[in-house]
Amino acid sequence: MRHENIETNVGLLVALTLVVISIGGLIEIVPLFFIDETIEQVKTTDGKDAIRPFTPLESRGRDIYIREGCYLCHSQMIRPFRDEILRYGHYSLAAESQYDHPFQWGSKRTGPDLARVGGKYSNEWHTQHMIAPRSVMPDSIMPNYPWLLENDLKYNDIAGRLKSQRIVGVPYSLTDEEYEANVERFGKEAADRLNIHAAEENLMAQAEQGNYDGDRSRLTEMDALVAYLQVLGTMVDFKQYDEGHFAEFR
Amino acid sequence: MSENKKTGHAVQTTGHAWDGDIQEYNNPIPRWWLWSFYATVVFSIIYWVLYPAWPIGHSYTTGVLNNITYTVNGEEKTTHWNTRARLVRDMQTGEDAVKQRRHMQEVANASFSAILSDPKMIDFSSKIGKVLFTDNCAACHGMGGQGVVGLFPSLVDDDWLWGGRTENIRETIASGRIGFMPAFGKTFSDQQMDDVVEYVLSLSNQAEDQPRVQRGKQLFGGEQGGCYYCHNQEGTGIQSQGAANLTDQIWTIVDVAGQKDIEGKRALVREVVSKGVNRSMPNWKGRLSDEEIKLLTVYVYNLSGGK
Repeated sequence: MRHENIETNVGLLVALTLVVISIGGLIEIVPLFFIDETIEQVKTTDGKDAIRPFTPLESRGRDIYIREGCYLCHSQMIRPFRDEILRYGHYSLAAESQYDHPFQWGSKRTGPDLARVGGKYSNEWHTQHMIAPRSVMPDSIMPNYPWLLENDLKYNDIAGRLKSQRIVGVPYSLTDEEYEANVERFGKEAADRLNIHAAEENLMAQAEQGNYDGDRSRLTEMDALVAYLQVLGTMVDFKQYDEGHFAEFR
Repeated sequence: MSENKKTGHAVQTTGHAWDGDIQEYNNPIPRWWLWSFYATVVFSIIYWVLYPAWPIGHSYTTGVLNNITYTVNGEEKTTHWNTRARLVRDMQTGEDAVKQRRHMQEVANASFSAILSDPKMIDFSSKIGKVLFTDNCAACHGMGGQGVVGLFPSLVDDDWLWGGRTENIRETIASGRIGFMPAFGKTFSDQQMDDVVEYVLSLSNQAEDQPRVQRGKQLFGGEQGGCYYCHNQEGTGIQSQGAANLTDQIWTIVDVAGQKDIEGKRALVREVVSKGVNRSMPNWKGRLSDEEIKLLTVYVYNLSGGK
């Protein structure tokens, strides 16, 4: 086929352009699904998976994170460079976002990276900071999110939300077999929290116990968002591994 | 039909004519572009050989460039090029890391008094300390350590809840603190509350009702109130309990000093006495190394002018 025929036929040009780009994409992306080392094996000392899917409450917090567009200014991806790990902590592992659909890596850092923000600040600080960022950080340019504390958290659809995550491969359990598999994989405590049938009770229990927004009388969107932020980057105990361990996976 | 100015050969047009006479030449792409393109192809072939490139089943070609060497548990390891191994190498033997580690080692070996008497070490600790402070402490205590009244104590004044000596500050940063005062709302009657509040204000010379002050003093120093357990009989506070000094004009929970009239002051003190205090600072020993905590201690110590 003469090149001129392609150049002068828009439909053919578009189709063949797509084919060429797809070849590049397929070669780069598809093999990652098959290469053993893509996702690191991260086990706790008793042999369970260290990384678990988000609990119902954390998952709702994540929905709010996405709804409010936090990802537009905050990344969740610490790259393996000295300056990054000095500031943010250990570089992010692929395993740490394996249940994130869609992942929140981001590429824009107007605000700081949040991949390891969990446990860094207190719940009260997060709540105060979300309502009025400048009351704790005068230099901050983050918008105020006061409605998070005003809005009641909507959670009656939580089971449906977890089911949709399950469809794309997140191991929330619906059947007894899936539950048993989760016990085997994550331990009983985590498996209980991933049980879709108990999603609502689990969500309530975690909010009650954590009291993330400092107000026990209500379950607000702030509870969910703070619960989510407080778990980010905390699942892996890096002290367990020597410094070269995760380089073995590359 | 026209002529290429450079080669002098006749050039084809694309065959279209717009507006009757506007035509487009069908020149070949420039030579420099074509050769650049071939160069990128050659580059990528060399790249495939040197660096990790091609997937093969469950593995991939790692490239012949086995040039990253680092040490794990005393064993030297050389591996193919990858960013994680490069990071480990940078952290172990990179120029900046080595330099910083040398300074850190000096800090680790030096006592607080040695650090504070050496201008070079103060300089180092204030530079590193500022970065650490901004990233870890400023979120609550403010960029300059000025704090937020009611939420987070100021670090720039001479008033220390848990002690302002270097060892106290180090302990506060490393282990965190839990600031707790019980609520006395149910312990005191309304009148007793008025009396205690007046006495507390009298400690910093702000009281106006002497009879109340006298009665409040009995409650404060007596068994019913028992305020002296933590604030001691003089009201100067006991730092091992994190109990505030009530005799100065510095208020960390409520802004008494900012109130214009006595009623406003009374209301605020009353609020603290009746509701109590419950606040905490997280511990940092999990996040920061011993040396970093030491540097931060020196930095915070110097924030208040070193007292």
